[in-house]
Amino acid sequence: MKRRDFLRTGGLALAGSVIFPKMVYADITSQKKDLPKMLDHFGVSESDLRKVMTVALEKGGDYADLFFEHTFYNNLTLQDGKVNRAGANIDFGVGVRVVSGDQTGYAFVENVDLEEMIRAARTASRIASGTAKTPPINIEEKTFKNFYPIINSWENESVQTRIPYLQKLNERIFALDPRVIKVNASMNDSTSYILYFNSEGLLCHDARPMAVLSAMCIMQQGDKIENASSSRAARKDVSFLTDALIEEIAQEAVKDAALMFEAIKPKGGEMPVVMGAGGSGILLHEAIGHAFEADFNRKNISIFSDKLGKKICDEHINVVDSGTIEFARGAVNFDDEGVAGQKTYIVKDGVLNSYLHDRISAKFYGVAPTGNGRRQSFRFMPIPRMRVTYMESGNYSEEEIISSVKQGVFVNKFTNGQVQIGAGDFTFFVKSGYLIENGKLTQPIKDINIIGNGPKALADITMVGNNLKIDQGAGTCGKDGQGMPVSLGMPSALIKSLTVGGE
Amino acid sequence: MISQQHKELAQWALKFALENGCSDARISINSGTNNSFEYRDTQLDKLEQSSENSMNIQLFVDGRFASFSTNRMDKNELERFISQGIETARLLEKDEFRKLPDPSRYYKGDGKGLDIFDVNFDNISVDDKIALIRNANLEVYGTDERLISVSSGYSDGTDNSYMIVSNGFEGESATTYFSLYSETSMKGEGDARPSSDWFDSAIFWERLQKSGIAKKAFERTLRKLGQVKIESGVYPMLIDNTQITRLLSPLISALYGSSIQQKNSFLIGKLDESIVSDKFTLIDDPHIPQARGARWFDAEGVATKKRHVIENGVLKMYYIDTYTGAKLNMEPTIQSPSILTCQHGDKNFDQLLASMERGIWVTGFNGGNSNSTTGDFSFGIEGFLIENGKMVKPLSEMNITGNLLTLWKNIIEVGNDPRNISSWRIPSILFNGVNFSGI
Repeated sequence: MKRRDFLRTGGLALAGSVIFPKMVYADITSQKKDLPKMLDHFGVSESDLRKVMTVALEKGGDYADLFFEHTFYNNLTLQDGKVNRAGANIDFGVGVRVVSGDQTGYAFVENVDLEEMIRAARTASRIASGTAKTPPINIEEKTFKNFYPIINSWENESVQTRIPYLQKLNERIFALDPRVIKVNASMNDSTSYILYFNSEGLLCHDARPMAVLSAMCIMQQGDKIENASSSRAARKDVSFLTDALIEEIAQEAVKDAALMFEAIKPKGGEMPVVMGAGGSGILLHEAIGHAFEADFNRKNISIFSDKLGKKICDEHINVVDSGTIEFARGAVNFDDEGVAGQKTYIVKDGVLNSYLHDRISAKFYGVAPTGNGRRQSFRFMPIPRMRVTYMESGNYSEEEIISSVKQGVFVNKFTNGQVQIGAGDFTFFVKSGYLIENGKLTQPIKDINIIGNGPKALADITMVGNNLKIDQGAGTCGKDGQGMPVSLGMPSALIKSLTVGGE
Repeated sequence: MISQQHKELAQWALKFALENGCSDARISINSGTNNSFEYRDTQLDKLEQSSENSMNIQLFVDGRFASFSTNRMDKNELERFISQGIETARLLEKDEFRKLPDPSRYYKGDGKGLDIFDVNFDNISVDDKIALIRNANLEVYGTDERLISVSSGYSDGTDNSYMIVSNGFEGESATTYFSLYSETSMKGEGDARPSSDWFDSAIFWERLQKSGIAKKAFERTLRKLGQVKIESGVYPMLIDNTQITRLLSPLISALYGSSIQQKNSFLIGKLDESIVSDKFTLIDDPHIPQARGARWFDAEGVATKKRHVIENGVLKMYYIDTYTGAKLNMEPTIQSPSILTCQHGDKNFDQLLASMERGIWVTGFNGGNSNSTTGDFSFGIEGFLIENGKMVKPLSEMNITGNLLTLWKNIIEVGNDPRNISSWRIPSILFNGVNFSGI
């Protein structure tokens, strides 16, 4: 149960969703004046919020919150040259959480009927067993900096806006290489409207856009068939769709698929690994990011549980988890517990500086929450999750790093990764890369798993490049059955030794 | 069971869709309840309870197709939702292959006989459920000073669905589930805190294993202490019945009509050819009573039946639904597997293990993936080095790499020990000549 998965969305992996020629709901943004509109949107009053909160705290819970969500998902797919399938999903509900010490009660309902919300609050309240606490008397409305403003929201946009982009993507991929035999392209977008209220009286709301454009390119050369996927994701509104984006995805999918015909599986074993800039942030996500999530450390089951304040890697290394990168897939204005999106140094000058906290773990450690309390939807309780995780740039050029390796591999395309929190063993699957022989990139390689141990791998990072790149792909992180959009970033870096799969 | 109110809502939605421009439509409603409780060490850590509903609406409009879903069950909202869906579908390109199944292929029975719903579901008290996980933790809590944490979780729920299709299908299904798991973490060497888990699940409360789960999780953790990696090389590999589906799953994915039609499969054109060892026979057996995965019809309403998927190594079928069948110009079969069973060998797990001179027993996977067009795979693993039929040392941080077809051709022996709590009932299997990467 402690394995954490990271999956890059490729091709058509996203769940179905809806497209409206015209949606009915308003253009709500994260501005203070919009709060009455948001309350109205969800059909609740401040009096309702107080009533539900009173029941949530009636058994003596220390803390409670209400998380209202209304999400509109759309998806559109192209297959065999035709944009011939549309889908959409509407998800609506409210989750009630009650915390007592570090225990959690949770229930949700799919409507805002006062009686049903009260019933959910009563269920969640049962985690506590004491005398009733007083619900908030003053409601404090709070606004946050908006890292993903919406001008033209997806649900107000016709399917006709999206169709030409999928067609162009298909045409470009076929035009770029005569070996292309199939293209699958898909556009997935959504807007989530969130209203949040907690027992400290905090009331806030958010409008969260998300867009993912993906293409899978299948190529045939002789009797060999290979595929490659490319995707771009952002918390953006309709402005996400541009011709430049189409060209970028098309070029990448074709280039990567073509490379597969030349690639081999390397000879396996322990060797130096150079991580290319960008998607290699999967190393941070798996090797250390999950193990720094404070719930695992609070429970003393992470391999990093005793390491806070200790030096864990080279003093030039800084690792950040941030919710504040504009339009990034992992950005949050506030997390799903009403804590502002912020930049958190996990590792500062080689020292383990901070865990990633939700409110429960922050209270346990006596620190301020870091804005990492996130949830997949109103159906789930929030837990510590990453946002945009990256390593800051170092001093070396990528060429210097590669030329320092006599025999090893360079890797820069990944599909998925995983970690065992307690043992520290992590892996990532390399879709493509190159052998390094005598300081030079030589033979392309493909389809191999790389495995290592978190603390050792971190300590084994001996060179960090000056070329930090935040990957724009559609990464989804899995933990405790919840999928969460995240972003990754990395400068090129050398790890002295990892175990590379091969034959 | 699905409520009469929900059935009537689905019937109304179908009628509304047909009256407002759809040539055909398929409406389904799903409803369910979920309860889960988790105990950590000596206290209740989490409790979650909920119920949910959703409607799925598939519309066939002027030769076009679109699919929508919502958990908003208000008729006025649904009217607007369906009308907008129809309008959206009209903006898509025509798809001549998109049609409903021929009604002759629909399931026409009364839905009885599978016995996959526990009628006592509502009679089990919350106290009894919480007592299960409290007792599970007590099995091991405080028994070993290296034990850091023990967590046990219980969950149960119901899944109900109803589907109605404009060309004559109507059907419903309902099932219950109960599950219990435990996970233990121990202080290992250095900073490592190895953990392992164990679980049971059942359709009926009475059949759920209610004790020994935490003890087994603890034993599985204990035996992992001191994991090492060994030299890279080619070894025989025994995969036990809890892990084998990881290697079967990409093989099944390659059999889907959509993968074949999109040229995204390493099993294109292999029907009636020998693709794996002749020791391997795989059967899709949908009507086993009281079994997870049992069903009378698939997501299109098409009647399921027992089929050989692979017979003595020869590929006998693809999973072809109505749409991909039309596109491939092939007879449709069924959309997806129901219950996969396997022709057993003679040996149980212990006998398979005892037969290994020097090899590796894989007990868990850690990441990895496979290439859907070539079948090449590479997975992280953990397990044990076996010498002369005995466990010698625990292993971790190693990879296995190869090609799925080569791997499945190299079966030494299929065991006789499937774990029948899941819908894929595959026993332990011993393979020859697997590439392990370690030191």
